[in-house]
Amino acid sequence: MTSAVEFHNLSRVFDQVRAVDNVSMSVEEGEFFAMLGPSGSGKTTCLRLIAGFEQPSSGSVRIFGQEASGLPPYRRDVNTVFQDYALFPHMSVLDNVAYGLMVKGVGKRQRLEQAQAMLDLVKLEQYGARRPAALSGGQRQRVALARALINQPRVLLLDEPLGALDLKLREQMQIELKALQRKLGITFVYVTHDQGEALSMSDRVAVFNQGKIEQIATPRQLYTQPQSAFVADFVGTSNVFDAASAQALCGDARAFSIRPERISMSATAGARDGVHLSGELIDIQYLGAVSRFEVKSASGKIIAVVTPNTLDTPADNLVIGMPVFLFWTPGAMHRLSA
Amino acid sequence: MQSMQPSSSCWRRLGDGLYRHPGASLFLLLAPPLIWFGVVYLGSLFTLLLQSVFTFDDFTMNVSSALTWSNYRALLAPTNYDVVLRTVGMAAAVTLVSSVLAFPMAYYMARYARGWQKGFFYVAVMLPMWASYIVKAYSWTVILAKGGIVYWFYRHLGLTWVVEGLLSLPLIGGNSLSTSNLGRLTVFTYIWLPFMILPIQAALERVPRNLEQAAADLGATPTQTFRTVILPLAFPGVVAGSIFTFSLTLGDYIIPQLFGPPGLFIGTMVYTMQGSIGNLPLAAAFTVVPVVIIALYLSAAKRLGAFDAL
Repeated sequence: MTSAVEFHNLSRVFDQVRAVDNVSMSVEEGEFFAMLGPSGSGKTTCLRLIAGFEQPSSGSVRIFGQEASGLPPYRRDVNTVFQDYALFPHMSVLDNVAYGLMVKGVGKRQRLEQAQAMLDLVKLEQYGARRPAALSGGQRQRVALARALINQPRVLLLDEPLGALDLKLREQMQIELKALQRKLGITFVYVTHDQGEALSMSDRVAVFNQGKIEQIATPRQLYTQPQSAFVADFVGTSNVFDAASAQALCGDARAFSIRPERISMSATAGARDGVHLSGELIDIQYLGAVSRFEVKSASGKIIAVVTPNTLDTPADNLVIGMPVFLFWTPGAMHRLSA
Repeated sequence: MQSMQPSSSCWRRLGDGLYRHPGASLFLLLAPPLIWFGVVYLGSLFTLLLQSVFTFDDFTMNVSSALTWSNYRALLAPTNYDVVLRTVGMAAAVTLVSSVLAFPMAYYMARYARGWQKGFFYVAVMLPMWASYIVKAYSWTVILAKGGIVYWFYRHLGLTWVVEGLLSLPLIGGNSLSTSNLGRLTVFTYIWLPFMILPIQAALERVPRNLEQAAADLGATPTQTFRTVILPLAFPGVVAGSIFTFSLTLGDYIIPQLFGPPGLFIGTMVYTMQGSIGNLPLAAAFTVVPVVIIALYLSAAKRLGAFDAL
């Protein structure tokens, strides 16, 4: 199998800040690959290095085995969906979509036909004659997608494409994007800071932190087996215990993380085997399907606990300020590598 | 007890009243400028139009209010028509040269200049406007004079043949730089260039940078990006700038007297007609010409879609 995109010891330095710091990775053909991280972690710079808007300070970028460093964006077989869409305001929606074909010299009639077909694909048949300014955010998003897909790129780059949409629309677009990617079979490289988005759509996720990749894994692996405290904390919520508190708690000096939903909580001390901890309940958040609690342990550590709001939970008789007892089985803990 | 001072309560009631009646406060705000425009600007324009259809008696040199089209007919006489053509031709040339010179400068200012550079460029473009127009115009007579710095330069660079060649061309040529249309064009362009740079720069400033990236991403070469994205979006700026350079050149009456070959411009014609001859009606008819040309120019620009991106 060929790699669609490969980084070899890639670095990009801006004024002595290493935005991308010696990154190596490969994206397989046909994969939905997410680059996840907080802002300033280097994920967008990586995307721009693939697109050709940035050139590497050192290392190499390969697209389908071909060295891309030094190639300008217009000589690369990749297309980008921009964060704020970057639609051309002086052109109609149809001309926007047909732009990639126009600059290639495709005849007017043929390119407009193809552009109309792309608009059909993104369910905007009726909107070709409008100006981008007359569309809603979600519609502009679809136009940007159609415009990027018309050149039939081998890799589609998406830079936080759903960031500006409201929650409902975002969830709907996530499903549509994923379905589109399956249908077209194109490699998608997707940049986001939203871990939920990355987990729900991707085949694999690379977690970025300070210009480096912390972990590349499938969404399930990332959630259940985070390799570092950063990943454990950034992907979902997690309670991370460092070596010292792990030693005090269970006699094993290896740092570990535990997900809030793997902790059970009760008002009375239990007698089962496992890790026991007592503390004070300091916050209750009712979230509909689940409730989220914050418990302050005797050592002052805040621990998050999530319980489903099913009938048999005792959530109703818990009040802020009361002492509670936490318990989890050893298997629920995930050991973190240093 | 709250004591109410009569004066402050009066002001307060006025303020509250204006708040409740936004129409009244809008009227108070707009009335002075509207009166100014209505009376001073439109009034004088109307007087001008009226004046242009009055009759001038060649024999008594008196103006009478008998209405006539003869002034406009006189514009079509070959000598007068030449004046119009000469002026419009020069204004078009100045506009063309200014826009070509201004665009790269404006592009650099909008896209690349940062921090102190930006301030430097602004000041550099505006600085000539701090000096009096007359001073600048006369200083060019020294610059272009035989034995002036321009001559000195091309003599020492061995470019005499280039300048001689240019001056031997029809239309732009002449005996020397300062008596040729080339010299006139140079001075006009120098004087009006800032009025072209600033609107283009302002228009380019508003073009989001990622549109250029989007175009490149979709396969457009830099030339294609310029032609299909940057130029159309900056075009309103070019039109705005060209209205300045075009109309300012149309109305100028100093530079045509100091530089270039003999022959009147609309401005010098108006100056002569209203000054020494006293033929105000013909002067008024000449003045209507630039007004009409600019109106035609604007409607053509609108039809070309220059203002669609606004």
